[in-house]
Amino acid sequence: MSTTTSTRPDHLTDESTGMSYLESLPRRLVTVYLPLVIFVFVLLFPFYWMAITAVKPNWQLTDYENYSPFWVVEPTLDHIKYLLFETSYPGWLWNTMLVAVGATFVSLFTAVLAAYAIERLRFAGSRWVGLGIFLAYLVPPSILFIPLALMVFNFGIYDTRMALILTYPTFLVPFCTWLLMGYFRSIPYELEECALVDGASRLQILVKVLLPLSVPGLISAGIFAFTLSWNEFIYALTFIASSENKTVPVGVLTELVRSDVYEWGSLMAGALIGSLPVVILYSFFVEHYVSSMTGAVKE
Amino acid sequence: MTEMAMPQSRARTGSSWLASVGQGRNLLGLIFMLPAAVFLLVFLTYPLGLGVWLGFTDTRIGRSGIFIGLENYQSLWGDHVFWLSVFNTVLYTTVASVLKFALGLWLALLLNQHMPFKAFFRAIVLLPWVVPTVLSAIAFWWIYDAQFSIVSWALVKLGLIDHYINFLGDTTNARAAVIAANVWRGIPFVAISLLAGLQTIPPSLHEAATLDGATPWQRFRYITLPMLTPIIAVVMTFSVLFTFTDFQLIYVLTRGGPLNATHLMATLSFQRAIPGGQLGEGAAIAVAMIPFLLAAILFSYFGLQRRRWQQGGAD
Repeated sequence: MSTTTSTRPDHLTDESTGMSYLESLPRRLVTVYLPLVIFVFVLLFPFYWMAITAVKPNWQLTDYENYSPFWVVEPTLDHIKYLLFETSYPGWLWNTMLVAVGATFVSLFTAVLAAYAIERLRFAGSRWVGLGIFLAYLVPPSILFIPLALMVFNFGIYDTRMALILTYPTFLVPFCTWLLMGYFRSIPYELEECALVDGASRLQILVKVLLPLSVPGLISAGIFAFTLSWNEFIYALTFIASSENKTVPVGVLTELVRSDVYEWGSLMAGALIGSLPVVILYSFFVEHYVSSMTGAVKE
Repeated sequence: MTEMAMPQSRARTGSSWLASVGQGRNLLGLIFMLPAAVFLLVFLTYPLGLGVWLGFTDTRIGRSGIFIGLENYQSLWGDHVFWLSVFNTVLYTTVASVLKFALGLWLALLLNQHMPFKAFFRAIVLLPWVVPTVLSAIAFWWIYDAQFSIVSWALVKLGLIDHYINFLGDTTNARAAVIAANVWRGIPFVAISLLAGLQTIPPSLHEAATLDGATPWQRFRYITLPMLTPIIAVVMTFSVLFTFTDFQLIYVLTRGGPLNATHLMATLSFQRAIPGGQLGEGAAIAVAMIPFLLAAILFSYFGLQRRRWQQGGAD
């Protein structure tokens, strides 16, 4: 499937305007822009609703008669202040950050070596190992969490961040390896041949030739791994018990939701702030993200 | 090329034993694979086997179990909640996947049009997919609130309904509500992946077909769809797989309620195993998902096979 990526630029230049100039503007308004606006509205509305709820004072929050629910008068930072100073929220953010960064680095290191071995060393059976890695990605966490919980408990790392850093690679390593294999494939083999002829060892080739050229691939694998670890829920819910070790998704759901009264303002603020790191990361590398995601799917 | 390079380098450095180990492809491959292999064997393959084993035992939290054969599966066979969860999972997966596919394809076709701010639209459309599911599910929980749902409020104001919808309290509504939230989150992934596929279709094909008098529907049916089939197979397999094993959304929105109407196999497995303490039974439910997952993977495999003849035999 590598042909598709190499032919794409031709199409993009070939495309110019396509045949869209044949359609009249009113027709395009109905067939393209109207549905698109509806899609964008529906896809983005929950975020708007999250944001507007997070800054609404409590007395406006449920008073739909006197205040339009879609807008806010006298926005307040009370919910956010409450979240940051009276709950363990900053601690959860810190935990999530540590776990996500730790798991991402472990997975990247492992995945680089594995992808290089499968894609470039081509040892006996590397094709099968590659297939095995792909199948490993298809094993969902929801059938692994029970035995893993037992293992985590027996290892004595129950209720520690280490439990998450060690278990997240189960879904990160297959994914990153698969993505990096595709990336390594796009780097000309001739470069490595030159280095081999000059007497470089395989490790030197990997570190000094291949990795500098794969920085974009490493960045996208890193972003994906970070996002996936940040978003992970079922392992964090199962392996962590004490409040100070929880991650943001688990903490917000289990500690901020009390059965008697729902603090919608601070809940929404928690959801919003918890989403910000991945959204910011994503907005910096959005081009990377989209292209590598589509690339990984196409392989 | 690999074959050429290896003997040369080995001949040159062959004098040193260490160097020849360093260049030996199989041994070096093994060393490079070691970290990944250790991780995947210890934390993926072993737990998978352990899960199957647990399904045959009566393990509880804090007490290692003994082998009880098929007893867990026998009790599940007669357990109507389990069958309800199987039904819910299949319903949830089918409806959500079909909607995700249809709407995702539509959105991909829209985004493939030439228009201003194209890159911007593509970027923001992905947002629901980037944001942690649990956190967006909490937003949906608030949107679905029985008393203060903004959707109900808007519909009442528009005069379409006369009383607030009990989104998560009624069995049918709850099913529809969780499916809607899942579709909301899944559309971007399907759309952006299919968009990548659409961009590989040369516009000249469409132009040629138009000159030959093909209608837009015919162009879609006989050009776009066949060219897109391989990528649809992959994307939908992933989508089906992750929808089938979904846990987070249900756990946040309904925890399986009302009356177990939204219990999926994953949530039931969690409920029996962790709060319920019956690790053996929970593992058995999780194992019961494997045949369905295998079916989805086989479906993907045969879907991928089609790509060979579509591309003239070369892969």
